[in-house]
Amino acid sequence: MSASVSTVIAQRVARHIEDGEIVNLGIGIPTLVADHLPDGVDVVLQTENGMLGVGPTPAEADVDPNLVNAGKLPVSELAGASYFSSSASFGMIRGGHVDVAILGALQLDGKGRIANWSIPGKPILGVGGAMDLLVGARRVIVATTHVAKDGTPKIVQEASFPLTADRPVDLIVTEHATFAVGDDGLTLIDVAEGSSIEWIEQNTGARFDLAPQLSQEAVR
Amino acid sequence: MVDLLTPAEALAKVQPGDTVMVGGFGLVGAPLTLIAALLDASDAGDLTVISNNLGEPGRGLGKLLPTRRVRKAVGSYFTSNREVVEAHLRGEIEVELLPQGTLAEAIRAGGAGIGGFYVRTGAGTLLAEGKEQREIDGLQYLFQLPLKADVALIRAAKADRAGNLVYARTARNFNPDMATAARTVIAEVDEIVEVGQLDPNEIATPHLFVDALVRSEGAKP
Repeated sequence: MSASVSTVIAQRVARHIEDGEIVNLGIGIPTLVADHLPDGVDVVLQTENGMLGVGPTPAEADVDPNLVNAGKLPVSELAGASYFSSSASFGMIRGGHVDVAILGALQLDGKGRIANWSIPGKPILGVGGAMDLLVGARRVIVATTHVAKDGTPKIVQEASFPLTADRPVDLIVTEHATFAVGDDGLTLIDVAEGSSIEWIEQNTGARFDLAPQLSQEAVR
Repeated sequence: MVDLLTPAEALAKVQPGDTVMVGGFGLVGAPLTLIAALLDASDAGDLTVISNNLGEPGRGLGKLLPTRRVRKAVGSYFTSNREVVEAHLRGEIEVELLPQGTLAEAIRAGGAGIGGFYVRTGAGTLLAEGKEQREIDGLQYLFQLPLKADVALIRAAKADRAGNLVYARTARNFNPDMATAARTVIAEVDEIVEVGQLDPNEIATPHLFVDALVRSEGAKP
């Protein structure tokens, strides 16, 4: 995956974040979202290892080994930041006090449920905080490439990878498409510049509806 | 005054078959001097280690792995150390995997006299298998027992001679929770001051939880 694809996905996710929201960023593409927020949108970043008010990557001279994000990368401290224990951090997360979690995905199913912690046939030895964020964050946005490295769809009708939670996510954002998740499954709500509904149909393994404005375009 | 021990004296408290909690998120906030002493000054085996990760390959708690002294690891994210995965595949180490928030809360419960709790996290997933479940307000919850330990090895930035602890930034993580949940709590600290020299407002772990202090020797990960 090229850096530009990650950037495109991060930019497309950033449009869905509102000013003042408390946001938890997963490892990988989600981490980039903070760098692409539109002007006038300021958020407060929560990291599950026990900090609210996470600032950007510091200059090398300012790196504090005791100040890292959940990806164990050095971060900085913004005015108004606070630190707390792991149990308090996950109390915030499960208790519904975090507005948005942005997570990566290995697979998504037709109901908008995510699989991002385990690969079939490999021992299950790592889960981290993904399950907690999925049950607790008020909104969950998935930031993912549209297809896997081998070119197969990541969005499939039935997941072959173990699910991370029984709760569906709210929004799925790829470099090609944005899907809203509702009670009836997925609805394509946005087609990226340079992509097309045809490409998305060919590279998505789950059924989806078209948002009204897109179905009109498709007819034209 | 709380005991002020050398790393070797402190680790003599770990007995064969013990359950040991070790603080830290990866290597951040991990008691690296105490881990080094566990390796060098103790030969206790058959250990159960409760820690978010087992360090990284050859670093932090990862150093314990080749010694085969850890029978079981309880934590949330062992895939950051591929040697744990390999040892598990060879049948050398038993692993109990918990979502990170469930792990932290089980430790908190262990220290707070709570006999267990129901949590949404993990419901409907492979981690729900074999767990007692209950429907609350129309949603499935999983029952989780508390976690307790014989010994907790934790890391703080500063202590006073009474054992009050102050943490540094995100090096806090699991340390204050673990300080409440073990019979014997040993804290590795960078600096020890006289009683009265810490601002009571900044003390995150009150001294009644802490049994011994060890000065950090700045052990390399």
